[in-house]
Parts: sequence; structure tokens; C-alpha cells
Amino acid sequence: MKDARPLATALADPVSVLGLGADAWTSLLSIARAERLDGSLAYRLADMPLPGPVARALEDARAEAEFGRTQALWEVEMARRALAPLGIAPILLKGSAFAFAGLPAAVGRVVGDLDILVPRDRIDEAEAALLGAGFVWAKDDPYTQGYYRRWMHELPPLIHPDRGGMIDLHHTILPLTARPTPDAGALVADSIEIAAGLRILCPADMIVHAACHLFADGDLSGGLRNLWDIDRLLRLFASAPDFWKKLDARARLHDMRGPVALALRLADRLFATPVEPRIAGHDRMRDALFIRRILARDGWGRPIRPLNRLGFYVRSHWMRMPPLMLARHLWIKARSK
Amino acid sequence: MHAFHVRIGPVSYRIGSPWSAPVAALRRLYAGYPLPEEGMATVTARIGPPRPWRRWLHPQVAIEGDHVLPDTVPMALRHGLLAIEMAMNMQVALGERRFLLVHAAAVERGGKALILPGDSGSGKSTLAALLGEAGWRLMADEFVLIDLATGLAFPFPRAISLKNSAIAEMEARIADPARFGPRLSGTPKGELRHLRPREDAVARMDEPAEPALILFPSYGYEPASDGVSKSELFARITEGSTNYIPLGQPAFDRLVTIAETVPAARFAYPDSASGVAIVEQFCAEAGI
Repeated sequence: MKDARPLATALADPVSVLGLGADAWTSLLSIARAERLDGSLAYRLADMPLPGPVARALEDARAEAEFGRTQALWEVEMARRALAPLGIAPILLKGSAFAFAGLPAAVGRVVGDLDILVPRDRIDEAEAALLGAGFVWAKDDPYTQGYYRRWMHELPPLIHPDRGGMIDLHHTILPLTARPTPDAGALVADSIEIAAGLRILCPADMIVHAACHLFADGDLSGGLRNLWDIDRLLRLFASAPDFWKKLDARARLHDMRGPVALALRLADRLFATPVEPRIAGHDRMRDALFIRRILARDGWGRPIRPLNRLGFYVRSHWMRMPPLMLARHLWIKARSK
Repeated sequence: MHAFHVRIGPVSYRIGSPWSAPVAALRRLYAGYPLPEEGMATVTARIGPPRPWRRWLHPQVAIEGDHVLPDTVPMALRHGLLAIEMAMNMQVALGERRFLLVHAAAVERGGKALILPGDSGSGKSTLAALLGEAGWRLMADEFVLIDLATGLAFPFPRAISLKNSAIAEMEARIADPARFGPRLSGTPKGELRHLRPREDAVARMDEPAEPALILFPSYGYEPASDGVSKSELFARITEGSTNYIPLGQPAFDRLVTIAETVPAARFAYPDSASGVAIVEQFCAEAGI
């Protein structure tokens, strides 16, 4: 396999796996594990007639995903207990939100760190409560601490030494140095209570956040997984009346029209996701570069296309902070190695 | 990529390396092993340069594959075979979800399995290798696979990694040099040489056995032995299992049954001859 496209195809269209030969299956499994989509693939293919060894491998992937879900929900509960006495209802983001709300995006999905959003004026209290609940800083050198606190959209990551769970405490969804400025107040104000003391973003904001995460806040590693989230979410949300209108309004409000449009186009291209053409806009030349980056993995699960990857790595930093600041940041990081 | 496909017990591997030599060594070491079931490898283990130029310039091998651990230390290319073996272990340690993994060696006789858990240096591999040449069937050197539903131990007969003084000892006992891998000097584990198990271990790799006795060896001490309580047995097996926690309740239930029904003891031994003698005495008492 020359890249990860067969994985995207298998996820979007499970029937496509029927013709796969032995080597193609081996590659597909490796790519899915490398992209951490093996659990999602396992659930997508659950009803397909599969060769015995593949069925067994995917059974393991489902068991692993189920364990991950249990752990993720437990971390949510730990955070809820730590913050409830302060009257802070954390807004769950990404995987934890999907898992807790039982959204289709959670089916088979890995949940990494617990990401939660709290109002900015309460973040110090929330941090103190989590430290009191046994979390410690995962990185506590003065530069990293200062850097996160001054410029980032989240505090330095906290880790629980006994459980090993990481928690990222956000006050907004993009670094303060990034050019777009999402409206954090609106994210909080329109969030939805999902259980006593726990909230999730409203559907349109969930898509905006997924687009932030994909394009404005990283080098597109995990891009296929993030786009798969967007596909699963849109297939659910699109049936609600006025959803597209709301998404358009929220993307404007959060200064994120471009990234949201791009996310929609790429999801459509990789997964044939139903999208509203007026929001997605026309295909652009550079869309193909994004697709090449998202699929940059060979049949052994190894990263490929180093130049394309490097380009997106540089871009992620470029978008994150102004040039002088970037130079200073990279200098300090390089010296600390 | 140079590739090698092999099945070891329930695990069907695809093994890859950008260098040919480690794969050639692996192919010789695993001569006689079957191909993956239906030709379909479902687990990929590989080695590769940690940085692109490390493929040619002071070549280094990093341990890679479907499942990876962060910050594994790369090794010199001359230890490539060890790196591949570690990559194969890592895939099972991190990915296996059907069998409960017990960090132990195991041998079988009359359908009954003797399980030898122990840390590196406890002599479990050496004892298993010795017993495997003396009337027992070798089942495992590193991982024993316990079927959650039945409690049976399934074989995972990988090449045995002999270390330091155990190498000369096995070389003296085994006439066929083709069963040995290359001698690896100065590895992170010291002097190392792999040994292919006897043919019967490979031919019977799908034949499980009932766990009948668990012995914790300690090499390098005067002979002594002592019972192991059920609670300690439970605790020590969970400590040595990489997938006990993710397997959840079924693994707990299975381990409780094992701790309650399988006799266990610990023993110290100063040399191989007395080690084997102590094991045989325990087995006689347990009726194996």
C-alpha cells in the first residue's frame, strides 16, 4: 500500500474490504494501529464476513477500545468530583465528551488525555482543586510553566501519578498567540449540561473545535482520526434543522470560517461526508497537500513524505505564534535538549 | 523492507527490517516454524533507524511495530537480532487481549504445565531450556498465555534467550549448532545467544496444557525452598502481567482460580544441576 488511503476507504465503505488479500489485510491492520483507528475500524467492520485471523485481531482492538472507554469515563468522574465542590461544571472536550455523551464518534475511538474547558476566571481555582485531588504537573520547568500560562489556551498538562491519566485544563480552544481568536465566553455560555456537573460543547462548537484541533493547533498528526471524528459528528448533527446555519454562524463568531470549510472539504474527500457546499466552499489547490499529509503512512505503518510532514510542522508553529516569538521559543527549546 | 512471516503459537507475525542481516539471522533461528494462519500476519514487529541517517552512518536500530513504547533506547546494528526479538515481545506485551499474559517460562509433561515466573536473572530461561532438553516440552521462555475461558496454558515457543554462563552450558549439551543464533556480545543484557527449542516444541505449538505447578526460581543461592501463599501468588502474577488490568474481571476471576487451585513454591539454587534436581523433586510431589 502506498499510503493510508485504504484505511480511509475501509472506514467510509466497509464493503471495500471484501476483496483484500492477505498482505493487504496485514498492511491495513498496521496502518490502522499506527493511526490509532484500529478500534474504530473494528467496529465499522463488525458485521462484515472477515478472515479468521483478522476477525480475531479486530476483536482484540474492540476489547482494547472498551477498556479505554471505561478508563476515560473514570477520569471524567475523577475530574467531576474534584471540581464539583467549587460549583465548576467542566466542559468535556473531544474524546471524553464523545464517550460521555455516547456519540457515534466515540465508537471504538481511543481517548487520550482528558481535555476540559472551564471559564477563564475560574481556572486558578480549578487548577488548585485538581492539584489538591492528587494531580501533579507533567512538565514543571519554569520556561514551560511560564510559556503555557502566558500564551497557551490551556495550563501545563497535569498527570495523576497513580492512575497515569493526563488532564489538560483549557480556558479557550486556540493558543492566545494564534491569529484567530475564538470566543471562549460563547463556548461556555452555549455549552450543554449532559449530566449533573458536567457539560459538553454545543454541536456547532464541537465541529469548530475539531477544526481548530486539526488545522490551527498542530502539525496534522492524528489528522485522519480527527477527520473521522468530524465525519461521525456531521452525519449525526446534519439531520438537525438549521444545523448548517448554526455552524456557519459559529464558525464566523469564532473567527474560524476557513479552517471549518477546509475540514468539511477534506472529510467529504476522504469519507464522502455529507457537507453543506455553501460552507465547505470550492476545492482549493492546497487541499491536495493536506490530503497527502493526512494519508502519509506506508503499509508498514511508518511515516512517509518527510518534506510534506516538515512543511506542516513548520506551518503549525508559524500559525501558533508571531515570528520573533517563534524564533525565541525554538531557541530555548533547542538549548534545553 | 526485508520481511519475514512466521507463526509462533497463536501469534502470526510480519517482521520487517531495512537491513537484510537481522532478518536473515531471524530466518535461520526460526527455521521449521510454520507460516501465518491463512497466510495472514496480524501483528507487525519491525526495527528501523531512529533517524534516517542512522541507517548507514553508525547504524542504530530502534524497536518499532504496531504498538510502541515511547523512549525505547536504540541499539547498535550488530544487536539487530536482539532488537527484533524485543520488538516481537513488545507487540505481544502491549497488544494481546485474548490470553492473559504471565511473565514466565513454562514446560510441559504429560499434559501438565510447570510455570516458572521470575525476573530477569532468576534463571527461569536457563531452567526451561535445560528441562526442554531433558524429557519436557518447552512451551515458553518469556510469556505464558493463559486462556481466560478454560484456564489452559497455551504455548508461545519463541527462541530462548540464553544469557552469560547459560550459553556455554547449553552449547555443551546441544550438538546441533544450527539451533543457535549468533553470539551477541556487549548487549544491554550482557552476553546473549538465542536457542531454537526442540522440534517437538515447534510441532506441538498449538497444544495447550493444564497449569499444574508454579515455581519461582532464584539463581545463585544455596538450595532452599519455601511455600508461596495464595495471596502472594496472585499478587506476583498480576505484577508480572502486562495485560491483567485491561482484561478486567475475567482476568481477575481466572487468576483467583489459579491462585486457589495451582500449588506454588519458591526455591533457590546454586547451579543448573541442583536447580533441575529441585524442580524434579517438586514435580514428583505434585504428581507431574
